[in-house]
Amino acid sequence: MSVDTVSLTGWGRTAPTTAVRFRPRSYEEAAAVVRGRGPRGVIARGLGRSPGDAAQNAGGSVLDLTGLARIGGVDAAAGTVRCDAGVSLERLLRVLLPLGWLPPVLPGTGGVTVGGAIASDLPGPDHRRAGSFARHVSVLELLTADGEVRTVLPGTALFDATAGGLGLTGVILGATLRLRRVTTGLMSVTTERAGDLDDLLARFTAGGDRLPYASAWVDLMARGRAAGRGILTRGEHATPDMRPAHAGRTWLPKRSGGAPGRPRVPSLPPLPAGLLGPGAAALYNEVRYRGAPRARAAELRPLPAFFHASDALPDVRALYGRAGLVRYRFALGYGQEETLHRVVRRIAARRSPAVRAVLQRFGPADPGLLSFAAPGWSLALDLPAALPGLARFLDGVDEEVAAAGGRVCLAKDSRMRPETAAAMYPRLAEFRELRARLDPAGAFRSDLSRRLGL
Amino acid sequence: MKDAFGAPQSLLVLGGTSEIALATARRLIALRTRRVWLAGRPSPALDAAAAELRGRGADVHTVDFDALDSASHEVALGKVFAEGDIDVVLMAFGVLGDQARDEQEPMAAVRVAQTNYTGAVSAGLVCAGALQAQGHGSLVVLSSVAGERARRADFIYGSSKAGLDAFAQGLGDALQGTGVQVMVVRPGFVRTRATAGLPEQPLATGPEEVAEAIVTGLRRRSETVWVPGSLRVVMAALRHVPRPLFRRLPV
Repeated sequence: MSVDTVSLTGWGRTAPTTAVRFRPRSYEEAAAVVRGRGPRGVIARGLGRSPGDAAQNAGGSVLDLTGLARIGGVDAAAGTVRCDAGVSLERLLRVLLPLGWLPPVLPGTGGVTVGGAIASDLPGPDHRRAGSFARHVSVLELLTADGEVRTVLPGTALFDATAGGLGLTGVILGATLRLRRVTTGLMSVTTERAGDLDDLLARFTAGGDRLPYASAWVDLMARGRAAGRGILTRGEHATPDMRPAHAGRTWLPKRSGGAPGRPRVPSLPPLPAGLLGPGAAALYNEVRYRGAPRARAAELRPLPAFFHASDALPDVRALYGRAGLVRYRFALGYGQEETLHRVVRRIAARRSPAVRAVLQRFGPADPGLLSFAAPGWSLALDLPAALPGLARFLDGVDEEVAAAGGRVCLAKDSRMRPETAAAMYPRLAEFRELRARLDPAGAFRSDLSRRLGL
Repeated sequence: MKDAFGAPQSLLVLGGTSEIALATARRLIALRTRRVWLAGRPSPALDAAAAELRGRGADVHTVDFDALDSASHEVALGKVFAEGDIDVVLMAFGVLGDQARDEQEPMAAVRVAQTNYTGAVSAGLVCAGALQAQGHGSLVVLSSVAGERARRADFIYGSSKAGLDAFAQGLGDALQGTGVQVMVVRPGFVRTRATAGLPEQPLATGPEEVAEAIVTGLRRRSETVWVPGSLRVVMAALRHVPRPLFRRLPV
C-alpha cells in the first residue's frame, strides 16, 4: 500500500486541502487504514471526478480506491456482475459490452468509479425509466467505522443511507450490479435543434416519448427570444435489424481484454484564464448551435460515443483558469418550468461564459436519503470560479431553487450554505441520526461534510 | 471549511479592534462566516466590536491575546483551535508608533518592533502549526507598503513591517504543499483612527478597500495583495530609485 501526503481538490480544482492518501490494494489494507485512522477521520476517493470537495479530507486520511479494481465473472443467468469499488465505468463498459451486457446506468462521463457512482447515486440520461445507479445494486460491501466489512442489501436503512451518502456511512469496497442485456454495441440517435427553452422542453416529450435516453445541451448565453435554445439528443439501443449493409457479422465490439480502447487525448497546456471570456464562449455556443442538425433521426453511433462523448475531448479545465470551475447542478419539479425559465434567463443576462450546460429529465425519486434525483428537470452548468460576484449570484439562484421546492446536487457542490442544504434535503435529519448511531466518533468525514454539517 | 470562492466559515482575528480586520469580518460574515474569534487585550472596544459582529448574525467569541506576551500565545491560541477548525486567521495587530518620540526613547521604539515583529513571529508560528494540522486554512498577514523600502519619516515602523513581511513570505514558502496559504497584504496609507491627524499620502485607501482586497485575495488564493493594486507598480519603481534621490522625494 503506498502512502503519501498530497494536496487534493475535486474536478473543479477549487479549495485545495491536504491529506494523507492511502492506496490500498486489498480489503484488509483498507480496513487497517480505517482502524488506524487519526482524529480527523477518513474518506474514500475514486477518480476525483466529483467537481466539489466530496472526496477530500483536510488533515485526515483519504482512501484512494482506484487500486481496488477487479471485475468478477458475469453471472449470465442472474444478469449480474461483482466488481470492486475502484473499477471505472468506462472500463466496465469496455469489458462488458463484448459480452452483450451493459452497466445499468451510464452517467455523462466514464471516468467515475463504481464506488463513486453509488456514493453520489448518479443518474443517467434514462433516469425516467431506470432511476439512479444505486437502484441496480443488488449487494454492497461496506467497510464501516469498526473496521468490519458488512454486506448491505437494498431495502435496509444502511443501504438507503449509503446510496447517495457521499461516502459518509463507510467505504464502499465492492458491489454486485444488475446489468442490462444489449444485442448491439450501437445506439440509434436522434438529434434536433430547439429554438428556445419552451421548444426544448416540449421536444423532450414529443413523438410519444418513445426513446429511453434523452439529454440536451443548452446555450446559456443566448438571450432574448432565443434564451434557452439548445440541442436535444435522444437515443435507443440499435437492434440487429437496423444494421447497415456494410456491417460485419458481429454486432458487438471485439473483446479487447480490458486494454484501453482508444488513445487518451492529451490535456491542454496551462492557458490564461481570460481565454474563456464571454465573447469566446458566445462564439463557441453559436457555432455549436448552428452546426447541429436541425433534425436528424436514427443515426447509428457507437455506444461509448453516445454516452461518454465528453470523455473524447481534451481536458478543458485549463480554460477555466487557475481559480478552477464551479459546477452547479439543480433539479426542479414538473410544474416549476417558470422557475427554470427565470434561472436560465438570469444566467444568460449575466453573460457568464457558460459552455457546458446539460438539461435532463428525471423520473421517480430514488430511495437514497440524500439522493439527488427527483421527478422534474435538472440543469448542470460549469462556470469559472474567478467570475466576480458569482458567489452571491449562485446564492440567489439557490434561494430561487429552494423556494420552488427544488434542490442542488450535493455530490457536485462546492459552495452551498449549510442551511440551504438542510432545507433542500428534508431527509438529512434521518441521515444524520443514522450516522450518529453507526459512527458516533465520526470516522468518516470529508470537507463537504464539514462545510455543510452533514 | 472554505467554499469554492475562498469564503471561510470560521475566522480568527488577532488584533480584534483593528478597523481593517473588522471591515473584513463584516464582509466575510455577509458571505459565509458563522464563527468569529476576536483576539485582543480585553477592552470595551473589543467587546463593542464583538457585539457589533454578533448583530450581523455571527457567533462571536473574544479571547485574551497580548502581542507583547509571546510566551502566552501558544496557550491562548491553542484554546481557540481546540474548539474547531479555523478557516482564516487574520493577523491584524500592530502599532504605528510616533517616529519623532520613538527616536528619542529607544524603549518605545523597541515596543513597536516587539508588537509588530516579534509578536507576529510567535503568533504566526503557533497559527501556522495549527493550520497545518488541520490540513487547510489561510493565514492573512497585514504587512505594509512601509516595509518595502525604509523611509526617513517612519523607518522604525517600516523596519518592523519589513521583518514581518519577510517572515510571512518565508512562512508561506515553508507551508507550500501543506494546504495552508499565507497571504501577505501590503496596504498603502490607510485612513483609520491610528492615522487620523497624519498628513495623507498619495494612493491612500480606507479600511473598506483593504477588506475588499483581502476577500478578493482569498477567492483568488493570492500570495501577495497590494492595496490599491497600483502600488505594486509604484513600489517596484520606487525600490530602484537611488538613495540620494529617494531621500529627497516628498513621500
